[in-house]
Amino acid sequence: MSKWLLGLLLGALLGAIDGASAYLYPYPEVKAGIVGIVIGSTFKGLLTGLIAGIVATKTRSVPIGIVVGLIVGAGLSYAVASMPSESGAHYYWEIVLPGSAVGAIVGFCTQRYGRPNVRSTAA
Amino acid sequence: MTWLSDDAVARVRAAASEPDLTGTRYRLVGPLASGGMASVWIAEDTTLGRTVALKVLDEPDQEARTVARLEHPSIVPVHDAGSLADGRAFVAMKYVEGRRFDDFARDATPAARLRAFQRICEAAAFAHARGIVHRDLKPQNVVVGEFGEVVVLDWGLARPIDARDESRTIAGTPGFMAPEQARGESARVDARADVYALGAILQGLLADSRPAKRIEAVRRRAMAPEPEDRYPDASALAADVARFLDGLPVSAYRESAVERLGAWAARNRAALLLVAAYLAMRAAIALLARV
Repeated sequence: MSKWLLGLLLGALLGAIDGASAYLYPYPEVKAGIVGIVIGSTFKGLLTGLIAGIVATKTRSVPIGIVVGLIVGAGLSYAVASMPSESGAHYYWEIVLPGSAVGAIVGFCTQRYGRPNVRSTAA
Repeated sequence: MTWLSDDAVARVRAAASEPDLTGTRYRLVGPLASGGMASVWIAEDTTLGRTVALKVLDEPDQEARTVARLEHPSIVPVHDAGSLADGRAFVAMKYVEGRRFDDFARDATPAARLRAFQRICEAAAFAHARGIVHRDLKPQNVVVGEFGEVVVLDWGLARPIDARDESRTIAGTPGFMAPEQARGESARVDARADVYALGAILQGLLADSRPAKRIEAVRRRAMAPEPEDRYPDASALAADVARFLDGLPVSAYRESAVERLGAWAARNRAALLLVAAYLAMRAAIALLARV
């Protein structure tokens, strides 16, 4: 499996799990909108995974993969957290911290696993 | 009567043993090493303008033809072979500058030693795949170059694995010879004798530390007294060393479930830490939200 495909699949899976875990929070509006949260979080994970996967095909470094995943995950999560909920509240910590960690995990996995691009030198 | 000083005698002896390179393209630079049946000299190839190691043999042997079949980055290449004016045979080989393997191993980290050892195994594995057994693998016959390249030298005792040799000749180096080789059972000497020698080299690498159970098991299997109990060839040994270096289970050691789990966790430490950090974060946020 190529690194970018691995990033896409893993990002989507972890994003969905991350979104679903919001159900554990004692906020009624979060429980009510859990489907939308899961879909949004899955999309966020997809995007993070795709970027981390592309970076992994260009650069072979686990620390760089983790940092890129962390930054992309944090950035996208911050963008999502900036949108207020139905009650007008923002959940920065609840969204940005786990989102960053998911990004770091995806960044690590795309560096460690997946098939790297093989460049042919044949004429 | 005039007596010669010790120095003068030494100079006469040295001059007498020097090979006569008249009529060849080589110019003698100096001595490199000497053994019972051969001496090795540093010489300059005047045609190509490069330094070579020139092995001079009292009797022609098959070394040049044997090594010429083995083109591998870790096997010293033969450039030329022929006869000298004094009737002796010569083999011109690449002059490998570097440190002897045992000297290199003294300063290297355990992982670097094992990686270099793996290169030796791969060179032997290549020879075995071409039907050749070295029969004299030892640290003194391996050089580690300045760029980390590992080169196996001195294939003077090498012979085809399937050679029908019923002689009782004992050839090799004590401490590195397999038991069947040391007993002169030439017909039983095959790739597994090289595996034993590689095990003896590995033993030297592990001597100054408390080795992990898995690599010690690799060493024990390589040095099993009976050839049937050893790795079938150097390729299988190299594969186990590579698995050990990658933190994977080795065929020579049956790990318990706890050891397997520990090894897996060690290999995936970063991923486990990230997952643990994620779970801890989620749990902390959920708890704080309830307060």
